[in-house]
Amino acid sequence: MSQSVTADSTGDLTARYFDLHEHDHPEGGSTMLGFWIYLMSDCLIFAMLFAAYAVFGGNYAAGPSPRDLFDLDLIALNTAMLLFSSITYGFAMLEMEKGKVGATQMWLAITGLFGAAFLAIELYEFSHLIHLGAGPQRSAFLSSFFTLVGTHGLHVTFGIIWLVTLMVQVAKKGLIQANKRRLMCLSLFWHFLDVIWIGVFTFVYLMGMLR
Amino acid sequence: MTSEPQHWSFLLGKLGPDSIPNEPIVWATFVVVALGGVALIGALTYFRLWGYLWKEWFTTVDHKKIGIMYMILGLVMFTRGFADAIMMRLQQAWAFNGSEGYLNAHHYDQIFTAHGVIMIFFAAMPFITGIMNYVVPLQIGARDVSFPFLNNFSFWMTTSGAVLVMASLFIGEFAQTGWLAYPPVSSLAYSPNVGVDYYIWSLQIAGVGTTLSGINLVVTIVKMRAPGMSWMKLPVFTWTSLCSNILIVASFPVLTAVLALLSLDRYVGTNFFTNDFGGSPMMYVNLIWIWGHPEVYILILPLFGVFSEVTSTFSGKRLFGYTSMVYATAAIMILSYLVWLHHFFTMGAGASVNSFFGITTMIISIPTGAKLFNWLFTMYKGRIRFELPMMWTVAFMLTFVIGGMTGVMLAVPPADFVLHNSLFLIAHFHNVIIGGVVFGVFAAINFWWPKAFGFKLDPFWGKVSFWCWVVGFWFAFMPLYILGLMGVTRRMRVFDDPSLQIWFVIAGLGAVIIAVGIGAMLVQFAVSILNRDKLRVGGDPWNGRTLEWATTSPPPDYNFAFTPVVHGLDAWDEMKRKGVALPSSGFRPIHMPSNTGAGIILAGIATVCGFALVWHIWWLAAVSFAGLIGSAIVHTFNYKRDYHIPAEEVAATEAERIRLAAQGA
Repeated sequence: MSQSVTADSTGDLTARYFDLHEHDHPEGGSTMLGFWIYLMSDCLIFAMLFAAYAVFGGNYAAGPSPRDLFDLDLIALNTAMLLFSSITYGFAMLEMEKGKVGATQMWLAITGLFGAAFLAIELYEFSHLIHLGAGPQRSAFLSSFFTLVGTHGLHVTFGIIWLVTLMVQVAKKGLIQANKRRLMCLSLFWHFLDVIWIGVFTFVYLMGMLR
Repeated sequence: MTSEPQHWSFLLGKLGPDSIPNEPIVWATFVVVALGGVALIGALTYFRLWGYLWKEWFTTVDHKKIGIMYMILGLVMFTRGFADAIMMRLQQAWAFNGSEGYLNAHHYDQIFTAHGVIMIFFAAMPFITGIMNYVVPLQIGARDVSFPFLNNFSFWMTTSGAVLVMASLFIGEFAQTGWLAYPPVSSLAYSPNVGVDYYIWSLQIAGVGTTLSGINLVVTIVKMRAPGMSWMKLPVFTWTSLCSNILIVASFPVLTAVLALLSLDRYVGTNFFTNDFGGSPMMYVNLIWIWGHPEVYILILPLFGVFSEVTSTFSGKRLFGYTSMVYATAAIMILSYLVWLHHFFTMGAGASVNSFFGITTMIISIPTGAKLFNWLFTMYKGRIRFELPMMWTVAFMLTFVIGGMTGVMLAVPPADFVLHNSLFLIAHFHNVIIGGVVFGVFAAINFWWPKAFGFKLDPFWGKVSFWCWVVGFWFAFMPLYILGLMGVTRRMRVFDDPSLQIWFVIAGLGAVIIAVGIGAMLVQFAVSILNRDKLRVGGDPWNGRTLEWATTSPPPDYNFAFTPVVHGLDAWDEMKRKGVALPSSGFRPIHMPSNTGAGIILAGIATVCGFALVWHIWWLAAVSFAGLIGSAIVHTFNYKRDYHIPAEEVAATEAERIRLAAQGA
């Protein structure tokens, strides 16, 4: 050990084994990968809830079934709200790339409104079901239904809180690199929730009606 | 606590005078803990250490300090878990011939549950996370992990879970369900009190920390490797850490989900795991083992990496079969997802399903066996130095193989129908967890302690500890194999058959020998710290092979003044052979992350929130949850999270290193 440190060979070897002209690494270089992996772990939570629904979805316990409860027209409207919000988020990102703060903020606000509309319709659906006596306690089917759909709704709620936070931060600091990165992360999150919803719409609502 | 319907008040929820356990043993423990706590707080205040602790440790984002804090947490909780273990051994050796022993059923059931939960979640997990945190960035030539703040936050969330478990000892009760809290016994109908709620919320809060630290380390290994360190030049410990952290990310969300469903059953009245309204307790058993089986590989894989590093270092050779070691690790990682059903062959899945899972389980022993041969061939014709890390490694090889073989026995479904739920199973998993994880952690502590603190651990007390542990282990668990084969089931509190007593007495004796081993280890730490000036070593005390030995002991905040460039496996060994001089001039400012108190504050609020949820103090739960979200948002408004260490400071630190090296230290 001591030889290797004191052995004062030519600097060439040292230059070969050490980066002598290193520059600062750009901040946040790992963030997108990290956030992506986080999303995959979140995806696993949804996978478990889908699995629970797959196992319990037919256990009505002599209670109501999807056919008795689901209103596909309402769900179609709700799905449209969420899909539109994804498109408008995409528009916000395009404006962000152009560096236009005002247009970015406008599209983010529209995205948030679509998200809020989605949540409002979902809450209406839930309260309607509970009013009918088809609450999460009624059967394992309804337990898994409320948990899967409710967990998605909870994610949308946090997405909206996050969106508002980012709008404030963009207003304060502008479209600086850190804010762009945060908007990219929320973008991934928002589209991810859209993909999950397509799974919910297909497996819970559409296939539920066929049960 | 009684099982009568409890009172509930708005202000305090279910908390009331009857929440204090009516157990003299617990009171005595409380007095000791309280006196110790007061003494500790008094000493910290007297020596004015709070500011130092806050600035240098609690708020640190340095992966090395966070790693050391994880090890301290693990050690504290390990002694708690061991106290539970020795209480069980005493009870089981005592409760014969009509004696009830000294623990009532309510207390005893909490002890075996707490023992399992604490040892897995709050001893073993902090130990492996601590080792990975400390070593991985150094081995890959990085300055820190990818997300240093997240690392601090993860540590405090794990601590928060541990605090809740410890609180349950004195306020209320812990679960009496066994460490996986199977329903229906963990349902509201059969566990109406707060024990299972403590279990749920401590694991949920700690689980957030574990998942985030898993993500952090995966990203660190993928993105922050030194230039030239391609995948097949990655040190083998980093490889096993990568696989272990991938398993964390891919399995802890399952635990989060299944515990969330259990809490909905308990708090909202849903019917996931009930016996009526279409629920199924068997679903819980499946889901929790889909997390639970990968979990045991999360624990053992990094230690396989430790044994690999130790074997090659102390044999003075490169690791035999590095490539096969990497593939074996990856194969174990994948196979660990395909075996979960072997934990409940007797549940009635049928012959075909049981056969599938029995075969996949046995297949895991192939890559594991390959690893063992690799270690043996690494030692073959090596110049082996039997220092403490190597001694633990050899003890591991001898012990773990027996545990592996009894595991293959349990993997045979017809044999499992006889052996399941018996002490044979208990002996098996202690054989692999103590022989693998615990011995591995001790090998790692003895191996990397000089790196972390700049002095070696005292070998005499280390050897006392080693022999007590190894001998004590065999005394403590071989009787359990025999008892298991005789049909004695696990978790029994009293026994009718007096002929069994001698085996429990021998097992109890083994636990006492292990206790001496733990004591000797604590003495080893104390003696080494007192004699640190005599035990002082330089950067590379073991003639190491990987990059963590290329820097000083302890390493400077920035780890490496210049990032190493890697050209082959065992990068530091190569540098030494080529006689590469470490750079001695031209230092540049180094970009570093700033400390922050956000992690400990957020985790503190999470502890309050968890406590409020356990006791149904809804207003406090709502306020603290809102506070948690609000504080997190406030933290995101802090954009200034980094600073530069000036080049002069780096130059001064490195000049000191060069001066010490010239002295031959």
